[in-house]
Amino acid sequence: MLDWLNPVKGFGVTFHTMFTKVPTTNYPEVKRATAPRFHGRHQLNRWADGLEKCIGCELCAWACPADAIYVEGGDNTEEERYSPGERYGRVYQINYLRCILCGLCVEACPTRALTMTNEYEIADDERESLIWTKEQLLAPLLEDMEAPPHPMRLGETEEEYYRSGATPAEAAVAPRPEGEANT
Amino acid sequence: MTTTAQAGAALPVAAEAQLDAFGTDPWWITLIKALVIFVFLMVCVLMMIMADRKVMGRMQQRHGPNRLGPLGLLQSLADGVKLSLKEDLIPRGVDRTVYIAAPVIAAVPAFIAFSVIPIGPEVTMFGVQTPLQLTDLPIAALVVLATAAVGVYGIVLGGWASQSPYALLGGLRASAQVISYEIAMGLSFVAVFMYSGTLTTSGIVEAQRPVWFALILLPSFLIYIVTMIGETNRLPFDLAEGEGELVGGFMTEYGSMKFTMFFLAEYVNMVTVAAVSVTFFLGGYLAPPPLTMFWAGANDGWWPALWWLLKFLLMMFLFIWVRGSVPRIRYDQLMQLGWKVLIPVQLVWITAVAFVRILVNEGAPTGVVAAVVAGFAAATVAFLVAWARAARRRRRAEAAERREELRLMREDPAYGGFPVPPPSAPHYGSSVPAEGPRYAPRAPDDKREEVTGA
Repeated sequence: MLDWLNPVKGFGVTFHTMFTKVPTTNYPEVKRATAPRFHGRHQLNRWADGLEKCIGCELCAWACPADAIYVEGGDNTEEERYSPGERYGRVYQINYLRCILCGLCVEACPTRALTMTNEYEIADDERESLIWTKEQLLAPLLEDMEAPPHPMRLGETEEEYYRSGATPAEAAVAPRPEGEANT
Repeated sequence: MTTTAQAGAALPVAAEAQLDAFGTDPWWITLIKALVIFVFLMVCVLMMIMADRKVMGRMQQRHGPNRLGPLGLLQSLADGVKLSLKEDLIPRGVDRTVYIAAPVIAAVPAFIAFSVIPIGPEVTMFGVQTPLQLTDLPIAALVVLATAAVGVYGIVLGGWASQSPYALLGGLRASAQVISYEIAMGLSFVAVFMYSGTLTTSGIVEAQRPVWFALILLPSFLIYIVTMIGETNRLPFDLAEGEGELVGGFMTEYGSMKFTMFFLAEYVNMVTVAAVSVTFFLGGYLAPPPLTMFWAGANDGWWPALWWLLKFLLMMFLFIWVRGSVPRIRYDQLMQLGWKVLIPVQLVWITAVAFVRILVNEGAPTGVVAAVVAGFAAATVAFLVAWARAARRRRRAEAAERREELRLMREDPAYGGFPVPPPSAPHYGSSVPAEGPRYAPRAPDDKREEVTGA
């Protein structure tokens, strides 16, 4: 019946909207927390004693659809040990000009060395500085961590090391009996 | 013309006498006034662009520009600087003289029209008694119309000189649109002139002392609002620019300072038509009626300038409000509205006003006047009802036609001549056998189906 008033109603809508709350986040001044599983920039994780988790297998580089990751593996020696196993990532670069932050590399990583953080402010005005190197990507050293290279602190053998769990203390409490390893 | 003269004679308007106040200012007062008007217009344009974006933003539930300066108020200033510093390109093949002159032609008349807008009554400025108005003429109202019309030359010439089809189409659209809306605009002033009995802008304002023309001449006012938006090429009538289909319309080939000039002209035009509406319909600088009842001094001294400014800002807000609320209309709808609605309605309205004025001025008995008013009202209502019924009938017929067409298309996919491969045809280049028909085939007629090679 009052359909002919609809165009006038539109004016009411716009006028009313002027006094409603604006949902915009004033980004640089106000930063809203991301979702917990937001795909931000990457991080190369460490074991509890500070050794790197990355074993230089290049699976992340192969999984990358944008060809943004470059890895060169290196051999660990007894004198210079960066990761618990045989190999470690000697060179590790992620090109954030190519990276689409899809997370396929994280899925591909066999040692959970590569994960993503919630940090998203990675814009820059220089191409070179957008190729992040291993030093930038590595997780910071926590309190009881020691910067590699250093010997394995979580177990004598690699197997012991990997099975030791999160902390050396846990490994000491529940040592695994021998022979069970092969099952 | 006799009507106008009689109407004027019947009203206690000292129109001609009032013009004595003009033309006697010392030169430096005139200079100050001209400068103030210029600065006011420029600041208005900057603020209006800002307000446009801010208010539109709020209407769309977002902040407008808010980065530069407090609340982002300096944004349009920065935009202006940026525009001026851009490379001044002149495309090859344009008509250089006209191409360069067009923005100037568009911008200058917009400023001129403002010189006859009264902002206040006589005040004492630096010891000189002078009206708050740069100048006034016996035909000031026509100056407003004339400058508005000349401004369009800038747009048309800009479109023509650019040597670009988009620009040309934009210019053509602008000229057609402005011509159609200029007529309705001029007609909406006629009723005002009948009541004020003068063409001087200050006289028109003074004639509104008892009651604003927006109230007694409401149809004129409403039509003026529509035409003023059409005149300034603002949404929903910004078809001359037509970003959707004409890139940028007449300013497609313009950049840098010349583009700025067009931009400036558009906004100054808005300021001017808003000021004209305040002058002609909203009582100019007169205080709003309820205010004068308990504050006798509301119309003294410099206060009227404030009332003028408030009314002016209200009209400017209306521009933004309309832009934020109404979608752009189609070109044929624009023409239809201008020629088939606004002008006829305006003519009938003017006739009615003239009739009633004559009857009142010649002292006809109240009964006769009431009868004439009732007659016009009845005719209007009857017309509206008939129009609504016709519209409903047309809509129903259109819907029936569409239904019939859909039915035919469902029955025969080839209906209407659209080439549809026969359902019995095998899939080209494949071994998949043809499907059976999914619908009942048409009854076979004598004509053989013609298969064109493809």
